[in-house]
Amino acid sequence: MELNALTIHDAHDALRRGEVSSVELTRAVLNRIEAVDGRVRAYLRTTPEQALADAAAADRRRAAGEDHPLLGIPLAIKDVLSTAGVETTCGSRILEGFVPPYDATVVARLRRVGAVLLGKTNTDEFAMGSSTENSGYFTTHNPWDLERVPGGSSGGSAAAVAADECLGALGSDTGGSVRQPAALCGVAGLKPTYGRVSRYGLVAFASSLDQVGPLGKDVTDCALLLGAIAGHDPRDATSADVPVPDYLAALRPDVAGMRLGVAREYLSNGMQPEVTEAVRAALDVLVGLGAEIVEVSLPHTEYALPTYYLIAPAEASANLARFDGVRYGLSHPEAPDIWEAYRRTRQEGFGAEVKRRIMLGTYALSAGYYDAYYLKAQKVRTLIKRDFDDALKRCNALVVPTTPATAFRIGEKTDDPLRMYLFDVFTLPLNLAGLCGISVPCGFAEGLPIGLQVLGGAYDEATILRVAYAYEQATDWHRRTPPV
Amino acid sequence: MAGACGELPSEIATLDTERAEPVRLSRDQVLHIAELAKLGITEAETELFAEQLSEILDYAEMLNRLDTDAIPPTAQAIGRTNVMRADRVEPSLSPDEVLANAPRRKDDMFEVQPILD
Repeated sequence: MELNALTIHDAHDALRRGEVSSVELTRAVLNRIEAVDGRVRAYLRTTPEQALADAAAADRRRAAGEDHPLLGIPLAIKDVLSTAGVETTCGSRILEGFVPPYDATVVARLRRVGAVLLGKTNTDEFAMGSSTENSGYFTTHNPWDLERVPGGSSGGSAAAVAADECLGALGSDTGGSVRQPAALCGVAGLKPTYGRVSRYGLVAFASSLDQVGPLGKDVTDCALLLGAIAGHDPRDATSADVPVPDYLAALRPDVAGMRLGVAREYLSNGMQPEVTEAVRAALDVLVGLGAEIVEVSLPHTEYALPTYYLIAPAEASANLARFDGVRYGLSHPEAPDIWEAYRRTRQEGFGAEVKRRIMLGTYALSAGYYDAYYLKAQKVRTLIKRDFDDALKRCNALVVPTTPATAFRIGEKTDDPLRMYLFDVFTLPLNLAGLCGISVPCGFAEGLPIGLQVLGGAYDEATILRVAYAYEQATDWHRRTPPV
Repeated sequence: MAGACGELPSEIATLDTERAEPVRLSRDQVLHIAELAKLGITEAETELFAEQLSEILDYAEMLNRLDTDAIPPTAQAIGRTNVMRADRVEPSLSPDEVLANAPRRKDDMFEVQPILD
């Protein structure tokens, strides 16, 4: 097997046994990036010299007796995460050339354990999108079919993992942006409970919904990445002061005695038939492994989309007010006054989807409309959260599809924003409820991956990892690789 | 809807058409919102956004089917309140680090256009 095709855990074994060095491993991945990224376009920028230096340092640390599952492992970072000394654009022209003076906490934690950082992956602009087509730079292509989208907004990270252009990656998930591209690219992707992972250094999109999440070739790799980045951070006042369990120890190949909830609202008519079939087949596998299926209802599911598309843009409109050409990024010093400078900077620097969401959010928060829109959405959010809390009293985890269909063609949904939004119906509600979820591959339709979601209660990542792992180990989907 | 690759789930795709009057943003409203957000928009964008935002807001009207009078709002799902730290001075970024990306810098300040009329 090519070194770049290894999982994190297999690479770790090989490093530990001295079969390979981190430098060799990193070189193999860099060669792979060179071979395929011209077509996949997962990366906005790579840092090969720094990566090889990191790898050499990791080899020295290992020689001195250190070990960690991520020591010397080459990883990719979504470009919404600040990386000190490395350009960070959030997929936007308004931050072209911006070089952060500090690392995001999650990046610092990876560096501390000796991970090798390969570069920054493509994203929908400021993480706003479901296909990575909203990147201000270029679109990423799905490794399973280069004419299709990889999903979004962490499409670059998902594609990089799927195409073996890294051994694992970090993404961010606000409405599904880790889980959905993971599903479309046939990899594992996890959204932690809100507050489980620090948001310090994650450029904010919607502060009450955003979470950093790992993407990996299998569940074990996601567990290892999560373990390295999770935990309280005094720099993030919304991070939870809850101990981090050993996620690796939670992985067992059985679900005997577990109760898995199937929500009827998530298996609606009109979904792509192969997706429904694959999810039903996955449920059969889980029953075979000892789980009991419980029918549950999340009655407010259909209201999640409009709720999200009022709350997220409202929060985004506040978070993106900082991009005004004063402290960083694109600027218009020739403008006659400060307000015109702001208008021109933001007119030129933001793409259409970002502008649309800022407008929507501004409207929803404006005088005379705040109660009708933003406050109303906050109340419906309570109902959505209660649905999950009630359902999770009757089962250990929920098992649902990740997306209603497989990857669509590039350009297919870009004319109609609402149609694009509807693709995230099964991932959005979890962010509103603040709970955790993981997507793993569960089949294919015409060569395109299908994803299965396991959703769990607050800080119960161990349970969703266990269910996902048991399912994965009883199947072969995670071993399939794209033709690129 | 057959549910072919890329098509929307038909139940989910049904927009709310129970009310008589769809939400329709006027050109003036769109310009007002853009100004609140200090977002310069072109004439073409003004028209396009009026249409697209109206469609999204119209869809959001479905929330009014729910009686939420007795429901408290959820601002954040985690339930944290008043996170404090000790009032201790600690090292932070240096002025050079802070100003490293400044479009225009003067001494230790970001230089901008006049703010007062």
